[in-house]
Amino acid sequence: MTLDDLTKSSGEWLRGTGPESDIVMCSRIRLARNLADFPFTNRASRSEKTEIEANFRAALAHAHLELSYLDVHGLGSLDRQFLVERQIVSRELANSDGPRGVAISSQENVAIMVNEEDHLRVQYMLSGFRLPEVWESINHLDDQLEEQLAYAFSSELGYLTACPTNVGTGIRVGVMLHLPGLVQTKQIDKVFRALQKINLAVRGLYGEGSQASGDFYQISNQQTLGKSEPELIKILTDVVPQVLQYERNARQTLLTERRQHLHDQVSRAYGVLKTAQTISSEETMLLLSSVRMGINLGLIDDLSIATVNELFIQTQPAFLQKLRGSELGFEERNVERASYLRRRLSNGRQPPPH
Amino acid sequence: MQCQKCAKPATFHITDIIEKGKHREYHFCDEHARQHLAPPEEAIEAPSMSEIAKKLVSQPASLREPSPADKQVCPVCQITFLEFRNSGRLGCPYDYEVFREELMPLLENIHGETRHSGKVPRRAPRNTQQQTTLIQLRNELKRAVAAEDYEAAARLRDQIKTIEKEQGR
Repeated sequence: MTLDDLTKSSGEWLRGTGPESDIVMCSRIRLARNLADFPFTNRASRSEKTEIEANFRAALAHAHLELSYLDVHGLGSLDRQFLVERQIVSRELANSDGPRGVAISSQENVAIMVNEEDHLRVQYMLSGFRLPEVWESINHLDDQLEEQLAYAFSSELGYLTACPTNVGTGIRVGVMLHLPGLVQTKQIDKVFRALQKINLAVRGLYGEGSQASGDFYQISNQQTLGKSEPELIKILTDVVPQVLQYERNARQTLLTERRQHLHDQVSRAYGVLKTAQTISSEETMLLLSSVRMGINLGLIDDLSIATVNELFIQTQPAFLQKLRGSELGFEERNVERASYLRRRLSNGRQPPPH
Repeated sequence: MQCQKCAKPATFHITDIIEKGKHREYHFCDEHARQHLAPPEEAIEAPSMSEIAKKLVSQPASLREPSPADKQVCPVCQITFLEFRNSGRLGCPYDYEVFREELMPLLENIHGETRHSGKVPRRAPRNTQQQTTLIQLRNELKRAVAAEDYEAAARLRDQIKTIEKEQGR
């Protein structure tokens, strides 16, 4: 698989399938792992990083894992940004230096970053609310890798990581939620504060330090030491249904108390996206969020959730430039974005351009 | 002119000065202008974990002062404790041994616990695996007793005894 193949497809996690997918965009687990015989990435020399990368690639081959390895070090900045937009690599990996890369599966469920903060960051994503399934898959994948690689591990502190905040299980269990109802009814802060009180982190669409956009929020654990993986997963599987209930109540409130206003907002958003001649990324996210909620509430019936999910990613700057095949300035991107949206939304059911 | 964020007419024209000589213009309706001008909502963005770690490490007054621990060097990766305090990142797995005394209170602060309970790699020595299994079972026993689930507690106690017997305790 090459990078350009990726522009023609989209990740499984955007399909909008799986339980609770009207609100839960995807379930994601990542594991931080380090090879026992090397210093952590920030302390590793160039040649050590090359060796770590080679060991990992040999392990992939021996384990017969069908993953494609992308050498991120050899990519230009636009391609690296493109991978960040697709949630395949972190900003940190994209912007760092030296030998590094990512192994991905054809459906983009699996992404294993090499030489990020830890030697390996194994990620598994599935659309919908399916954390136990994700754990089963990533646990198996981790076992397969571990048969080939000796991980840094102590019986007392578990998997040893570059940052003490990840030590132990090295696990981050997260869900990406679409919460426009809670945002519009101004209850979102209350929910966040409650989640933070039970030691869960809330982040925007693009992870740490990014602004929440499109009303998407990622909720994940912070504790990694002293509780087992199933225990940490259970914290999420216990609390997320409550958040979903709050969001559904909020949407119901909007539907009953402000139906006309809501219908108008959703229809206008759809109308602008279908007809605009130039549009910013920020406005696009805002309007797509309205349209996504509109579909889920039955106010729009000629557009699929999967298309809207894809558009959140495929209207990002690097994707548009990859599609166009050239670098574009801010204004040009806005024109390209509007044109792409018009094409994708022109009759509601048009498949993505292949 | 139309508001940048919705279809209403823009009634506010705002110029933000980003830095000297650089500015950005916004055109908003009443509602979005209010949103734009409102102070940023607090604590929606969780600080990154390495930031938290840095803060926690540098918090105790005793650690803020230059201390002998700062100059301590890991014989494996050569990182000093001071370097870790500044970056929030350790240099190699062995640092957990070398800086053990300084790290344990930090781990307690971050995670509320200081012993691993969870997955053990298959390669790890068998007794290590049993040890962490024991920790996990003991944790579960604690919780079962607290939840007054005595049936589960009895089952867990038996499991623990079996493993302890295997280890010849």
